[in-house]
Amino acid sequence: MRSYCVLLRCLGLRCSGLRCAPNRPLLLVSLLSGLLLTAGCSSIQPWVKPYERNNLADPIMSFSPDPVEAGYLHHVFQSREGARGAEGGGGGGCGCN
Amino acid sequence: MAATDHALARPLNGQPGRLRGGLWLLLVALFSLPASAAVLPADRADVLYHSYEGGGVKIDGPAVLVRKSVTDDVSLSAQYYVDEISGASIDVQVLASEYAEERTQYDLGADYLLSKTIISLGYSNSSENDYEADTYSIGISQDFFGDLSTLSLSYAQGSDTVGKSTDPTFSEEKTTRSYQFGWTQVITKNLLMNFIYHVITDEGYLNNPYRAFRYLDNANDPSAGYTWLTEKYPETRTSHAAAVRGRYYLPYRAAFGFEYRRYNDTWNINAYNLDLSYTHPLGQHWILDLRYRFYSQSDADFYADLFPAENFQTYMGRDKELSEFTTHTFGVKVSYELDTGWSRNWLEKASVSLAWDLIQLDYDNFRDARRDDLTPGTEPLYEFDADVIRFFISAWF
Amino acid sequence: MTLTNLKQLLATALLIPTLLLGNAALAKSEPLSGPAPDFALPLEGGKKLKLSQLKGNVVMINFWASWCAPCREEMPLIEDLFQNYKKLGFVVYGVNVDFNPADAKPLLKETGVSFPVGYDSKNRVSELYGVDSMPSTVMVDRKGNMRFLHRGYKPGYEDDYEQQIRKLIRE
Repeated sequence: MRSYCVLLRCLGLRCSGLRCAPNRPLLLVSLLSGLLLTAGCSSIQPWVKPYERNNLADPIMSFSPDPVEAGYLHHVFQSREGARGAEGGGGGGCGCN
Repeated sequence: MAATDHALARPLNGQPGRLRGGLWLLLVALFSLPASAAVLPADRADVLYHSYEGGGVKIDGPAVLVRKSVTDDVSLSAQYYVDEISGASIDVQVLASEYAEERTQYDLGADYLLSKTIISLGYSNSSENDYEADTYSIGISQDFFGDLSTLSLSYAQGSDTVGKSTDPTFSEEKTTRSYQFGWTQVITKNLLMNFIYHVITDEGYLNNPYRAFRYLDNANDPSAGYTWLTEKYPETRTSHAAAVRGRYYLPYRAAFGFEYRRYNDTWNINAYNLDLSYTHPLGQHWILDLRYRFYSQSDADFYADLFPAENFQTYMGRDKELSEFTTHTFGVKVSYELDTGWSRNWLEKASVSLAWDLIQLDYDNFRDARRDDLTPGTEPLYEFDADVIRFFISAWF
Repeated sequence: MTLTNLKQLLATALLIPTLLLGNAALAKSEPLSGPAPDFALPLEGGKKLKLSQLKGNVVMINFWASWCAPCREEMPLIEDLFQNYKKLGFVVYGVNVDFNPADAKPLLKETGVSFPVGYDSKNRVSELYGVDSMPSTVMVDRKGNMRFLHRGYKPGYEDDYEQQIRKLIRE
């Protein structure tokens, strides 16, 4: 319950009116709302700030810088190997042989 | 319906109420979170020439992609792709089977940016004189948690019509369904990771109608020879693949990438691959990419290079793709980039790239049946190298 | 704990973030109040510029980076605003957040940016202002108070900037 109050408080809401004992559905609700609130709550900040994306924004960090080329290579591997799927960005949409 | 289908269907259909509730919560969570970096893919055009040469076959052709945003929140893409096939692979040489000589593929896509969410729709058509495939896909991706995380879900459904050029009356159907879950996470200022879980199910005619398995005429005497017979495949296949990949930014402006993927399916093929890559800019204009990939798989339950008898088991196949083998891939890519810098110009950036991959395939239980001078079952194991080349010009505008 | 309580909790948990945060994220700009925290950053050439030195002007603080596409898109538009309103007591203070200032310079040259740009390569000023999207723009009135915040940039925001600049100049 306490964690839920903390979460509510960081939204600027008061918690005193809610009387509740710990139980499983509540725990679930707390977890869910925790998940929901993490993005907006000032007490839990994302650890990489928008202005710190210098290196992440560099094109060399892209998982799939050239989608056509990556899609082609996935197609080559798919047609020579038994495994398929989870190729990631640029994976061909066609499930053909 | 076969048991393998139930295995896949259970989590989706088994408890509809609970899933719907969970999905609803998930959707509420997705749509309510403030985020700011969901962006549509950049406008670009690519013209590519690709060539695959190895094992007696050459497959090459062009590909063209154009992606353009039509409004602030809608981006459309179209791709045209051709495979021209020539030469004769080991299968063609052994079985005198035929190949389609050309495959043409069209892809159309639309991405719709709705606040912090991107909804993607896709259609793809692949056409050969003996094979026709249509695939529809829908996907949703959402940035959240201060844009450190991106969650994506996608579903695709394909229906294929399998024909046979030697038999105009031959026509079989195949349906493919694909479910993919993806999670991309910013770990640090320099590390990006991605996790994908992908389930694919096939139902229908899954054979290659030109391929055959071989069985001994006399199980006790291989020297008596063997006979070829059209393969018998199961009518369903469900596969699970999970991959973890990451990219790490090195302090001197270079990137190190890795991927580990595991795979298994209801044909009992177990596979994994490990990829390592390194991207290194040289000066202002050049980018060098190096990569190494190792792949290994076990064979399918119904695979054998040489069956002891005609009706040895229900399903029998001898596709080398179903055998036990490993591949090593060594790749290098060089790009020359011209950055015009500013979005006010119609052309923001252009690049020319040349990439070459050498794939070495070593089969552990697929033998070279062209060697009819040897006793069946004692032929050397098959192996070959393939060169995969791409040359492409890209423009961002 | 009754079922109604649980339902209320659920509603709070799910709807409040949806309404409050969801809508806030969609808004073009939001009002701010309180004095703009002072800072000093080195400009091209090494000279430092303090924000408080610009007091008496309407100041548009624009946080940007060379690797941020929407930042690059709005840069020439901000330059236009600067040219049009600088005679009326308006100034732009660009805060560049690139880790390496050298990355920003070719771009500045190419658009012919003439307003002062400070290099915040250690991101101290971005931290001070709690910048939570790129670009971010803070409008400061003649008295040195923060008045409006813009998160990100989309075509059309420049009209909003202009309206606010006009309003603050007239005060």
